[in-house]
Amino acid sequence: MIGLLASILDGVLVGAVYGLAAMGITLIWGVMNVINLTHGAMIVAGMFGLYFLVAALGVPAYAALAPVLVAGFLVGLALYWIAVHRMVGQPPLMSLLSTFAVNLVLIGLGTAAWGTVLFNVQVSLPGFSIGRYTFPGTHMMAAALTAAIAGVLYLFLYRTRAGKAVRAVAGNRDAAELVGIPTTRILALAFGLGVALASVSGALIATMFPFTVLSGDAYQLKSFVVTVLGGLGNPTGALVAGIALGLVEGLATPFMPVSWTLVIEFALFVVVLIALPGGLLSLRIRRRRT
Amino acid sequence: MILRRPFFWIIGIAMLAFAAAPLGKNVELRESLVLAAVYIILASNLNMMLGYAGYVNFGSIVFFGLGGYFCLFLMSARDWPLIPAILAGGIAVSFLAFLFGIGILRLRGVYFALATIGVNEAVMAFVNNFEPWGGATGIYLSTGIFQQLGGPASALWIVYYLLVATMGLSLYLSYFVKRSKFGLGLLAIGQNEDAAAVLGVPTPRYKALIYSASAFLPAVAGGLYFFKGAFIQPPDAFDLQLSTEAIVITMLGGQGTILGPALGAFLYEELRGWLLTSATFSSFQLVIAGALLLVIVLFAPGGLMGLLHRRWPNLKRFLE
Repeated sequence: MIGLLASILDGVLVGAVYGLAAMGITLIWGVMNVINLTHGAMIVAGMFGLYFLVAALGVPAYAALAPVLVAGFLVGLALYWIAVHRMVGQPPLMSLLSTFAVNLVLIGLGTAAWGTVLFNVQVSLPGFSIGRYTFPGTHMMAAALTAAIAGVLYLFLYRTRAGKAVRAVAGNRDAAELVGIPTTRILALAFGLGVALASVSGALIATMFPFTVLSGDAYQLKSFVVTVLGGLGNPTGALVAGIALGLVEGLATPFMPVSWTLVIEFALFVVVLIALPGGLLSLRIRRRRT
Repeated sequence: MILRRPFFWIIGIAMLAFAAAPLGKNVELRESLVLAAVYIILASNLNMMLGYAGYVNFGSIVFFGLGGYFCLFLMSARDWPLIPAILAGGIAVSFLAFLFGIGILRLRGVYFALATIGVNEAVMAFVNNFEPWGGATGIYLSTGIFQQLGGPASALWIVYYLLVATMGLSLYLSYFVKRSKFGLGLLAIGQNEDAAAVLGVPTPRYKALIYSASAFLPAVAGGLYFFKGAFIQPPDAFDLQLSTEAIVITMLGGQGTILGPALGAFLYEELRGWLLTSATFSSFQLVIAGALLLVIVLFAPGGLMGLLHRRWPNLKRFLE
């Protein structure tokens, strides 16, 4: 019994990081109605960024998160101008294909450079034990940092001028343009933020689990599940849904082989898509309306 | 009448050319044409989703792989002959696609695209763990299996002709769908789904139908392809690279046209052959495919056929 509880709690800690990754997708969707299919590649870029800062330069793992975040933001700005700017406002097919194409290029370069061998970042952090069960310190630290980053994002979106502009553009781009908000710059900023979130969550995942160049696909799928569960375009929903997904994973792990989790998550994804296209939090809103 | 249109006969001639090219027992040419035929089958069926209805399907390879699995399972565990096994595989996959489509296609645009990305990962994880289909080791056919077609050598030729026939059927299916009222409804969905619904196009049903129809022939092709190799494993059956390539090919040739995917497949096959032999680029195949796709999407969303049609508008009557 206590084993199951421990597994669930650990799942929640990991799930918070999934939520952080999904916030990247949902932020970009909310502001410009573009699904960022470079998300998986950017998660992997964050993992490798951390790996090289730690292994090659000897930077402490958690200090390396800041440069990964900043680099992710800058890469996001570049990606916006290369692949997304011309696609904003076009049918979703085009932006899906253009970001998918960039994803191919990045994954192809990564595979050519590092193959598909397993990488691992050594982080020693004391765990916390209850009886026979230990919560790894890295998992607790990752969840705490996720909470901190999400809090900063919230403050940015609701307390600063630039953040308010981002929300205004998400609400109505034409109206925002009319009141003098430089919408193109705001779109680029939002895309950069989304990619920064993806890369920093990738770095956090790298402190917990080993990874390969191709890990991005599985984490991208998890991000989609979380995004849809939380309601596309809703950052708070994404965080809550990430924790919910972690909970489901934690609940499932003691009962079945790990390789089944993707199947379960996908089934959950399809059910949510069909039954609740607005996400879990839409339940509450709908009840309030009636 | 569709028989009067020159394009109907152009497809037939292309099919005959494929069938006749490796005659004189040119096995090497036949093998490269097998791959080209698979590309054309996948791309032209994908095109019915992507080009007509405007719905991107990132998991088209699932049809191919599942078709292969159904076929090889029926042949090895139930001793079915080849033809009934591939047809049963095609029907089963089409039916699964229809069920899935009814649920998922009520959703619009990106939600659907997200679901198709997941389909591939989830089906692969499922098959990896599904013991009756051999789990991660897959299904192996015994070498005696080729006896029913008169030994391995003649079996490979028969499979090749069946693949060419499947390719021709794919092109004809695209053509007939495009010329039908159903196709007109799909094109309307691709232009503006709300307007189409207002005009009385039953959009969810049409989307589920085309999703299912575009599953049948790739599943048959999967059955043939994996029968030819006599074994199937999850990583080969659900090779993401192949569904990626199908997208690149469709966009390169020209989405929404019938000849486009075939033209794209031919050009991509040439490019790929050149890349594989070049020392510098052999490991950068995906990178180049991605860069090509990006350039097309950004600067020529109509693909090659779009460029041709814009330059010579009269061509539209012959090359559709």
